[in-house]
Amino acid sequence: MSEYIIKNGHVFDPVQGVKGDKADVSIKDGKIVDKVGSGAKVIDAKGKTVMAGAVEIHAHIAGPKVNMGRIYRPEDKLFTCTPTRGMERMGGGNSIPTTFKTGYEYAKMGYTTAMEAAMPPLFSRHVHEEIRDTPIIDEAAFPVFGNNWFVLEYLKDHEIENTAAYIAWLLRVTKGYAVKVVNPGGTEAWAWGLNCLSVNDPVPYFDITPAEIVKGLIEANEYLGLPHSLHIHPNNLGNPGCYETTLDTLKLAEGIKARNKFGREQVMHLTHSQFHSYGGTNWGDFESKAKEITDYVNKNKNITIDTGNVTLDETTTMTADGPFEHHLTGLNHLKWANIDVELETGSGVVPYIYSPNISVCAIQWAIGLEIALLSKDPMRCYITTDHPNAGPFTRYPRVIKWLMSTKAREAQINAFKHKDKVLSQTGLGTMDREISLYEIAQMTRAGPAKSLGLSGMCGGLKPGMDADVAVYDFNPDKPVVNPDDIEKAFSRCAHVFKSGVEVVTNGEIVNNGHKRTLWVNVKVKENPQVMRDINEKFLKYYSITQANYEALGHHFVPNPYTVEVDATQVQV
Amino acid sequence: METVTITMKNPPALYLEADNVSPDTFAGKTAAQIGDLSVHEGNTTSTLGKYFEISGNAGASAADTKIVIKGDVKKVKYLGFKMSAGEVAVEGSTDQYAGAWMTGGKMQVKGNVDAFAGIAMKGGELSIEGNAGNYLGAAYRGDWRGMSGGRILVKGDAGSDIGMYMTGGEMIINGNVDVHVCTHAEGGKVIIKGNAKTKVGGQMVDGTIFVFGTIDVMMPGFKPAGEVEMEVDGVKGKFAHYIGDTGERHKKKKGQVVYANLYKKI
Repeated sequence: MSEYIIKNGHVFDPVQGVKGDKADVSIKDGKIVDKVGSGAKVIDAKGKTVMAGAVEIHAHIAGPKVNMGRIYRPEDKLFTCTPTRGMERMGGGNSIPTTFKTGYEYAKMGYTTAMEAAMPPLFSRHVHEEIRDTPIIDEAAFPVFGNNWFVLEYLKDHEIENTAAYIAWLLRVTKGYAVKVVNPGGTEAWAWGLNCLSVNDPVPYFDITPAEIVKGLIEANEYLGLPHSLHIHPNNLGNPGCYETTLDTLKLAEGIKARNKFGREQVMHLTHSQFHSYGGTNWGDFESKAKEITDYVNKNKNITIDTGNVTLDETTTMTADGPFEHHLTGLNHLKWANIDVELETGSGVVPYIYSPNISVCAIQWAIGLEIALLSKDPMRCYITTDHPNAGPFTRYPRVIKWLMSTKAREAQINAFKHKDKVLSQTGLGTMDREISLYEIAQMTRAGPAKSLGLSGMCGGLKPGMDADVAVYDFNPDKPVVNPDDIEKAFSRCAHVFKSGVEVVTNGEIVNNGHKRTLWVNVKVKENPQVMRDINEKFLKYYSITQANYEALGHHFVPNPYTVEVDATQVQV
Repeated sequence: METVTITMKNPPALYLEADNVSPDTFAGKTAAQIGDLSVHEGNTTSTLGKYFEISGNAGASAADTKIVIKGDVKKVKYLGFKMSAGEVAVEGSTDQYAGAWMTGGKMQVKGNVDAFAGIAMKGGELSIEGNAGNYLGAAYRGDWRGMSGGRILVKGDAGSDIGMYMTGGEMIINGNVDVHVCTHAEGGKVIIKGNAKTKVGGQMVDGTIFVFGTIDVMMPGFKPAGEVEMEVDGVKGKFAHYIGDTGERHKKKKGQVVYANLYKKI
C-alpha cells in the first residue's frame, strides 16, 4: 500500500495529548506509523487542522425503519438528488439519504466510522445489506434488546447467565456490535396499546419493570465484557418533566464497574440526552433540565452520553420507541408509520419540522447545546444529532460552529421568534464557554472510540492505530472572524484517509475505500437451556425458521472485522 | 419587457425535461446563452439550442422577461418551473409540471397541460385555455404542502386529484373534473363550473369548494348546513351548503370548530 506523510498540520489528538502542535502524521500499510520512507507522498497541511477520522456513536442510517422513511417520504428527495459524478454513484435525500449518499457525506466531513444505533434482530439481513451498500465508512449495528421476549423472560427471574448467553448468540447471528435498549418495556407495552413512562411501570403480561430490564442488561453486558456498554434510550422520551425518569435510569448504573479488556470505563451510555432533559409539566412551562442531567453525569464516571442536538431543520423522526412516534403524530398531525417486529421490538416514523418560530423547538435547540457546554469531561460527552431525529448528520459542522462560537449562538438566539422563552427557560444565554478544537477532537473522535471499546483502533493518531485521518482547511492560529468559516471548514475536508487510503481530496470523493462491518463475536460457556429456548421460540412463535434468520456469509457481511471476546471463563 | 421566442425545430424522441425554461433562468442572458442552457432527454443532458430555435434576448430581470414558446411542445416537461416573475406563453399544448412550484408571474398555455401543473404553487397566475391533467395545484408525491397561493384558471376540464393538500390560493375550472377534489386540503378555494364525480372534499379539513353542476356521489363525511344565496365568480345563485369532512380532525378558531365548506349550486 502507499505511504503518505501529512506535513506541518496543526494536529489535535487527545489519545497522545497533542493540542494543535505542528507535527507530521505518517501513514503506511493502512496504519499510522512513526516514520515513512522518502518516497512517501507528501500532503501539505500547513495552516490546516489535522485530526483522526471522526467516530459516529449514534445514528439511524441503515435498516427497515430508515427505509420506511425513504419509502414514505419521496418529498425528502425532492430537489436533493445528485447524479453520478466521478467516483460517486447517484444519491438523494436530505434527512434520509440513500446509502451511497450517506457514505459520501460522512466521508466528506471527515467521519470514517459510524454506528447504526438500532437494529431489529429479525431484520438484521436488511440492515447489513444497507451497511454493505454504504461506501467508505466502517460501520457496526446495535441490535435492540429492551423489549425482546427472551430478555424479558430471563430477567424477570434475574437470570444473568442465560441473558448473557442469549446476547452472545444474537450478536453472532445478527452480526451485531452492542446491547441497545430503546424505551425498555415500553415498546412491548405498546403492542398492548400501553407504554412504560417510568422505570417502575410494569410491562403487561411479562410483569417485569424497565428498571429490572436495564439493570439486568448492564449486568449481562459486564458479565460478557463487551467492547461497548449498554446503550440506552430511556423511558419517557421527549415529554415535559422526563428528566426525572432519565435520572432514575442513570441511577440504575450506580455502583457497577466496567469489566472488559477494551479500556472502556462506562457501564451505561445515555444517548440523545437532549430529548431526555426536559422539565416542566406541559409545553407551556417546558424548560431545560440540562444542568440536572449533566451535574449527575459529571459526578458519575461510569456513564457516557451523547447530545442529540436539534439543528432547526425539516427532518424525519424514527425510533424503536413506537408509542412515542404515535404521541408525536398526535402533536404535529403529519403522516405516521408504525412497524411491529414480532417478539423483539417495534418502531415508528413521523416527519418533523423544527421551526425556529416555535418556542419548544428553539428551547430544544438550546438544551442540546447546554448539555455539551455543561459537560466537564469531553471524553464522556459526544456530539450527535441522533440522525435523523433531531436533525440530519450533515449538520454536524453547524453544531460544531455553535459550540465553538458564542457569537454564532447569540446570532441564532436573536433570530428566534421567541428569544425571550429561550432565555427564560434555558441557561444557554448566560454561557460563554467556547469548545476548543482539542475538545471537539475528544467529543467526536477519542471519546466515542473509547466508549465503543475501539480506542486501540480509531479516534486517535498514535502509531499502530488505523490510518483514519481528516485534514480540515482551518487555521487554528488565526482568529475566527466569521463563525460560518468554522462550519464551512468542517463541511468539506481537504483530505480524508480511511485505513490509509485517500478517500476525499478537496471535498470530493476520490476512492470508495475498503469498507468494513464491525461485529462482536463472544464465546460463552455452552448453555443448552438457552439453545432449547431459541429453538422453541422459532417453532412456536416466529413467522420464519431459524435457518432464515442469520445474517450469514459474503452477501450480507462481505468485509467483516470481528472483535473477539472470550467469556467462557467468567465466574458469577 | 423583452421577449424571447423559442420555437421547437427538432422534437425529442423521448420526453424532454426543460426545467431551465423560466424567466428567472433566462434573465440577463442573450439568445446564444439561453441556447446553452441544459435540458435532459432521458438520461442524456444536452442544450436547449439543440431542440429549439431561440430569438430575442432576455430582460435584465425575470420581471422584464417574457418567454413565448412556439411549435410542438407536447413532449416537453417543466415549462415555467419555479418562475417567480415575468411571463411565459405557450402557444400549443405541453406535458407535465407546467408552472410547477411557481411563486409569481404569469403563465398562459393555449392548449392542454398534462399532470402536476402548478403543483405546490405559491403565487402568480397559471391560465390554461384547454384542459388540465391530474394533480393540478396538488402537493408533490408524499408531501403535505400543496398549492398555497396564486390563481389557476382552466377553460376546459381538469383531471383527478386536483387541489390535493391545497392550503391556499384559488382555482377556477370552467369545465368538468374527475374524481378526488381537494383531498386533505387545509385551505384555498376551488370553483368547478361543470360537473364533479366522486370523493369531492374527502378528508378535507379547511378550505372551500363550489360546484355549479352535479356531483355523482357525495362524500358521506359532509353534512348539510342549509342553503345560501351568494355570488361566486360573477354568478349569482342559490347554493346548498355542506360542511365536512366530519370524519377528520378539525382545528378550532375562537372556540368554534372550523370545517371545510362545500357549496353546490341548486
